Amino acid sequence: MGMTIAEKIIALAAGVDSVKAGDIHTVELDRLLSNDGTTHLTIDMYNNLKNPKIADVSKLVWVIDHNVPCDSVKTAASHKKMRDFAKENGIKFYEGKGVCHQIMMENHVRPGELIFGADSHTCAYGALGAFGTGVGCTDYLYGMVTGHSWVLVPETIRFNLTGKLNPGVTARDLILTIIGKIGANGANYKAMEFAGEGMKTLNMSDRISICNLCVEAGAKTALMEVDDIAMDYLKEHGRTPKACFSSDADAVFAATYNIDMSTIVPIVAKPHFVDNVVPATECSGMRIDEAFLGSCNNGRIEDLRLAASVIKGHKIAPTVRFLVVPASQAVYEQALSEGLIDIFMEAGAIVMNPNCSVCWGSCQGVIGEGETLISTGTRNFKGRAGHKDSFVYLASSATVAASAIKGCIATADEIK
Amino acid sequence: MGKIFKFNNDVDTDQIIASQYLLYPTVDEMKSHAFESLNSDFASSVKPGDFVVACENFGCGSSREQAPAVLKALGVKAVIAKSFARIFYRNSINIGLPVIVCKDLYDAVEDGQEMELSLTEGIAKVNGKEYTCTKLPEYMQGILDQGGLIASLNK
Repeated sequence: MGMTIAEKIIALAAGVDSVKAGDIHTVELDRLLSNDGTTHLTIDMYNNLKNPKIADVSKLVWVIDHNVPCDSVKTAASHKKMRDFAKENGIKFYEGKGVCHQIMMENHVRPGELIFGADSHTCAYGALGAFGTGVGCTDYLYGMVTGHSWVLVPETIRFNLTGKLNPGVTARDLILTIIGKIGANGANYKAMEFAGEGMKTLNMSDRISICNLCVEAGAKTALMEVDDIAMDYLKEHGRTPKACFSSDADAVFAATYNIDMSTIVPIVAKPHFVDNVVPATECSGMRIDEAFLGSCNNGRIEDLRLAASVIKGHKIAPTVRFLVVPASQAVYEQALSEGLIDIFMEAGAIVMNPNCSVCWGSCQGVIGEGETLISTGTRNFKGRAGHKDSFVYLASSATVAASAIKGCIATADEIK
Repeated sequence: MGKIFKFNNDVDTDQIIASQYLLYPTVDEMKSHAFESLNSDFASSVKPGDFVVACENFGCGSSREQAPAVLKALGVKAVIAKSFARIFYRNSINIGLPVIVCKDLYDAVEDGQEMELSLTEGIAKVNGKEYTCTKLPEYMQGILDQGGLIASLNK
């Protein structure tokens, strides 16, 4: 029987010829990412072990990205613990350099790797054909100390993409449409694999955006074949693959969906669930207080370019705070050199340092009681962006930019 | 016997413990904020041995282990739901918090009712009626039985 990409990566990491969905295997982990959301707890647990040791320090990547720069004395204590531990143990460490997944994509992820990240959006790495999956700090600690872990081999749902997205429609609209279709638990415990002719029309930023959001359908991981576009990205960033896989012709999928990308329209996910999606036009005119462009989902240079193309020559509505947060320092520098930051500043945006920002609701930009945010972030859960009685609408960078100008939810084609 | 605290569908980990508390130095400092947005009395009224009962996809969203950790720290004996999101499920087993799938319980019980649970038999009892829970796969039951994943590192 043929294997899926997910099965092939697990088989390689388990050192066996083949695996099948439902099996449990012990796997050697290729890389372990952790950020300031949980690392302070991991360190406490590590220090309480009888014989604390790190299996292979070269596999660890630690990133302070969630609350950076630090916002309180309590956070400062947790950050200091992480910073000191990383230094003492020689762990690769980033602070203020960007959102962890963007840093991983730019600097570390290799096709064919099996990566544990103490962050749910680790599934983004599928854009480079790597099996990334989110774990808690106990799983992380176990992997850090032993170098291995156990995985239940997931079934795979396959999405065959055809056609291409229309102008003004983005990969984010595509993945939000898919999440709306299969539901917030539609891929629970499963891998989501994307393939088909349509993949050729999607650049790396699109692909990261798609894979990154798959956890919002409950997916364990997201995967794509490594093609020329992925290889070019890899080469550009000075890395080589561990292994490049595609699913066998006779691989078994739990379900298969065929999606014509030309049918996708701008989408908004309404409060308080990511699968609560409607065409953006249905929310047209909904007043907003804040707009956010950034996050591991939509803070790359392509997103900033698209938003800037909508905003150029316009002013942000006086009733709106518009936060622009590049996903990494590399993105920020690129945006500066292309003059995009000037466009945002001239329009009246607040441009901030690379971090998770209001996407996770405990950093700058949180919203108050009764306020409404339109966001390129990952989640719109109740209270996700601040007060428990506030409202988050998820949309693409084009729709967020248009909405920031209008002061209410609007699509880019409404901006002349 | 323990009291049932009932929650709905798609309870995400932000509701179990909100982002603004995650970087507090310890779980003990976070636990008073558990379920703050959905039931602000939860943390002050839950007692050791009580239960969380929920519908589908409990614990979806963020991988924050603080979510099962605050429930365990408050003494929640088990979380019983129709289904769980996978990271929460795995995290719970890893820290030794029983997470139990039971398809029939949610629709049959009310918030505040008293419940008895036999973890070994996988039977919940409410108002004299018994509800059979789905058994954990052997591998995961083994982790739970040893007191969580880290216990094996300290052997």
